[in-house]
Amino acid sequence: MAMRGYKLSGEVPWNDIEFGAIVTEPGSASCKRTGDWRTEHPVIDNGKCIKCGFCWLHCPDAAVTPLDDGYFEPDLFHCKGCGICAAVCPKDAITMIEEVE
Amino acid sequence: MSKRVVLEASHAVAEAVKMADVDLVAAYPITPQTHIPERLAEMVAEGELDAAYVPVESEHSAMSCVLGSAAVGARSFTTTAGQGLELMHEALWIASSHRYPIVMAVCNRALSAPINIWCDHSDVMSCRDTGWIQVFCQNNQESFDMTLWAFRVAEDAAVHFPVMVNLDGFILSHVTEPLILPDQKEVDRFLPAYKYRLALDPDAPTSHGGFGLPDIYTEVKYAQERALRDSRTVLDKGWKEFADIFGRQYGAVETYRADGASTLLVTMGSLGETAKMVVDDKRAKGEAVGHLNIRLWRPFPFADFIEAVKGVKTLAVLDRCFSFGGPGGPVASELRSALYDVAPRPKVVSFIGGIGGREVDAEAFAYMIDRGNELALKGTDCLYEPLLVRGLETGTGVRG
Repeated sequence: MAMRGYKLSGEVPWNDIEFGAIVTEPGSASCKRTGDWRTEHPVIDNGKCIKCGFCWLHCPDAAVTPLDDGYFEPDLFHCKGCGICAAVCPKDAITMIEEVE
Repeated sequence: MSKRVVLEASHAVAEAVKMADVDLVAAYPITPQTHIPERLAEMVAEGELDAAYVPVESEHSAMSCVLGSAAVGARSFTTTAGQGLELMHEALWIASSHRYPIVMAVCNRALSAPINIWCDHSDVMSCRDTGWIQVFCQNNQESFDMTLWAFRVAEDAAVHFPVMVNLDGFILSHVTEPLILPDQKEVDRFLPAYKYRLALDPDAPTSHGGFGLPDIYTEVKYAQERALRDSRTVLDKGWKEFADIFGRQYGAVETYRADGASTLLVTMGSLGETAKMVVDDKRAKGEAVGHLNIRLWRPFPFADFIEAVKGVKTLAVLDRCFSFGGPGGPVASELRSALYDVAPRPKVVSFIGGIGGREVDAEAFAYMIDRGNELALKGTDCLYEPLLVRGLETGTGVRG
């Protein structure tokens, strides 16, 4: 649906939804917080990281953000906590930490 | 020039689809709808109709195909009956939820088992809540007219819902009657070229069929429900424009000799013709009897119905399908529900008959009037009364 300036789909009122819930803005899926589906989140130890980019390449949700200095940062708004980044890291620089309320 | 022709309702529907100049027809033949796709395929093959004809491998594919063609803004038509409608079922929801103005003629047929190809309303009743606009026809002229009207209202920017035009299998689909075919110029005036604002287009990309999580699904469905109810204004406007151009007047709820009537026979579909004949007989004998035809089934015309039955004491309602384990005939229970908060309200007496092609004759309607009046007077704790079941004594009601 058209986000029409809304940041989250959970903010859109019923009478501001495009008919047929047709999506008229590209990339609006990025407005959806999928991070709250997570049971654990990745923590990257930059001391071990060799900037190979495997985590960024393998993330199925494009939720690993490359930083200007060559390191990487998990995008916790979208990260579903699948742990693929931790599994593919050749230096075991990524640890999955259980979410605690 | 309009012309008077003799056609079965199936061919009348095909003529309407041709005059609507559809872009695509996708249909799978099934009795008693077969003559509609057959005739349309012939029209396309002979160059009478410039449209794509897709001979799909099932009804599920037929509906899926028109979902796609409607999404790119093509004027799309399909048609089915009975089991075919059931096979389409899940895709029907996509059509209404995506707000595609697809028109579908349904030649109403009983559902298996046992296999039965004849008329009743079991097929459409199981699609009651799919969000389609649903209308019923009483004769061949209406089958032509409602098909044309369906395109007009479905494509209105304030509606954008699919429309199901119901015509009774065999009783209409295969019966030849005289009707008037309008002039093409009149049709073009009534039904202008269609432009779909959000059509799939590489130059202006949109996505149809997104994901709706619990945080938005309720709002989407409420918007759809409100839009279907709000479409009524345009449905009426469509009938008004139809009357202005073609001279035939239709409405959501139609009454016949209902002035001063204390009893109304209520039907939906072709049996209205027989009911009106019985009303004439009863009126000739001085009985205050009329007929009420429900043309628009969804969105249900609550206000029109309540207004039409003011002062009426008995509504003898005929349903053409069972609602297994339910509150009686689907139409009768809808009317009971509509009247629950109305005072004074007529007594709704539910009859179920005309199942799987079983005839409902004038005698049966005369019985419904007399029995309806009797039950309204003395009261009944029965949900409904089945008509003419062998081995069941006449007048045996079914309790909850």
